[in-house]
Amino acid sequence: MLDYIKSYLTSNLTPGSAGNMFWAFVYIVVIFLGLSVAVIAMNWLERKILAHMQVRLGPMRVGPHGLLQPIADAIKLLLKEDIMPAEADGFVFWMAPIFVVLAAFTVFIVVPFGPTHAVTDMNIGVLFMLGVSSLSALGIVMAGWASNSHYPLIGALRSSAQMVSYEIAMGMAVISAVMMTSLNQQGTGTLSMIGIVQAQQAQGIWFIFKFFPLGLIAFFIFAVAMVAETNRAPFDLPEAESELTAGFHTEYSGFRWSLFFLAEYSAMIAVSSIAVTLWLGGWLRPFPNLLTGAKWDLFFFLFPGITFLFLAGMCFYSTVRMPKHPLFRIQTIGLAGFGVALGLIGLILFIPAVRERVQDIYWFSMKVAAFMYLYIWYRGTFPRYRFDQLMKVGWKILLPMGLGVLILTAGVGLWPLIQQTIWNR
Amino acid sequence: MLIGGVLVITRKNPVHSALALIVTLLAQASIYLMLYAPFVAGVQIILYAGGIMVLFLFVIMLVSIERSQRERQFNKQWVVGMVAATALGGLFIAVYTKGRGIFPEHSLPAVEAQNTQNVGTLLYGQYMFAFEIASLLLLVAIIGAVVMAKKRI
Repeated sequence: MLDYIKSYLTSNLTPGSAGNMFWAFVYIVVIFLGLSVAVIAMNWLERKILAHMQVRLGPMRVGPHGLLQPIADAIKLLLKEDIMPAEADGFVFWMAPIFVVLAAFTVFIVVPFGPTHAVTDMNIGVLFMLGVSSLSALGIVMAGWASNSHYPLIGALRSSAQMVSYEIAMGMAVISAVMMTSLNQQGTGTLSMIGIVQAQQAQGIWFIFKFFPLGLIAFFIFAVAMVAETNRAPFDLPEAESELTAGFHTEYSGFRWSLFFLAEYSAMIAVSSIAVTLWLGGWLRPFPNLLTGAKWDLFFFLFPGITFLFLAGMCFYSTVRMPKHPLFRIQTIGLAGFGVALGLIGLILFIPAVRERVQDIYWFSMKVAAFMYLYIWYRGTFPRYRFDQLMKVGWKILLPMGLGVLILTAGVGLWPLIQQTIWNR
Repeated sequence: MLIGGVLVITRKNPVHSALALIVTLLAQASIYLMLYAPFVAGVQIILYAGGIMVLFLFVIMLVSIERSQRERQFNKQWVVGMVAATALGGLFIAVYTKGRGIFPEHSLPAVEAQNTQNVGTLLYGQYMFAFEIASLLLLVAIIGAVVMAKKRI
């Protein structure tokens, strides 16, 4: 038993590929916990960042600077009364949030946090992620229909029409990135997520910069389509608060609604990790081939520790600026304690043995966090698209652009071969 | 897969039937996986379960359900149906028990990693003509649907 557990530690495969069930289970639990923490953090960050973009403060009361607000929200949602409309279809009403959460969480099996840090490495990794995330459209349709009321039904039909339309543009962009992986010795590409990042490492360039500007246009198409796919602003008409009274999840309350919320943020993180893996080099640090050498390696190895120390510094700065009123004493102590905890994590991340292992996960998480910030930024900046404008963008603008990028990428990628065939005949 | 299939035809509520069909299609994808064809399984999930079933559900929801559920369900041809189903079942059993010689002895399981590459090579190499004809057929279907749905051409 112990040998079974220890035998994996020396292999350089993912637990799924190595067939080691214990470590695969451990990875699944770690990813699940990390995802829950990420969703909680996203809740707080979204409210705070949106507030600061709108020149107001956001939640400030619950904990120091609103840090305990997500926990308060979670407790509220768990204790709320669970209402089911009288005429609703019971089984489908119950199944819909479960289905959406399943679809949103299953994709994390193939998300690569490092060359061996994925639960498994399927040969069809990208295909699997696209397929399972398209199943969430079904869950939304089920939710809207089972509520047996107008607004959820309209919201659900609009939402699934939007998701199906933008899946096609996403697919075009993904195909042009996958085609770039085949520019190696054997001439065969790969659909596996880890293989795509390794192809970027072997070709020495992130695919967003390859065949400039084709990689950039493909990335742009995917970035727009992924925001539409997850029903986020500016494509959030299906769940617009001012127009459809929360759309397809109107009739859901309490815990069921929190499942939809969880699924939405997990889907955001999932499609962001597809974008990071395909175009932004996955777990590779910036400039892996340009700035090499022990000195540059050391410089980049220090980043995780510096990040946490920076966060700890911000905590201490806010502690000093807290009001000096006796009612605020607990909050001040809490904030200082949080800062100390972050500082300790930062110091641990400076230890050489730890900092080398944490690199892959850190760079991947930082890139996905940048995407999350972009999501919040879009929500605070852009007005909502009307539904016909939304469908026009999806079908008439993104799809032809995607086809064009696909054909041009294929042409430019095969250019040496075409030259050889034409001129050496 | 069998349970899903039976549920599709026995549910009165068409939305429940559609959901059972989704379960059946997902089970079919797992059968493809067991046959060492991961690419086909992935494409089945994306297109069939994630695309076509969404459109099925659209149509089901836009057609009023209560009226069709209140109609009396009748099935006047169950005798012929039973005879046909028994004949088909007998044929399957006969082929499986007596006709073992038709199937190859031990087919090597194809290497799973090469499924996508093999499908691509065959589709765009040997069966290119069939591929183009199939895409032309889809184009004709799209144009037909657009013509039928437009108010004026």
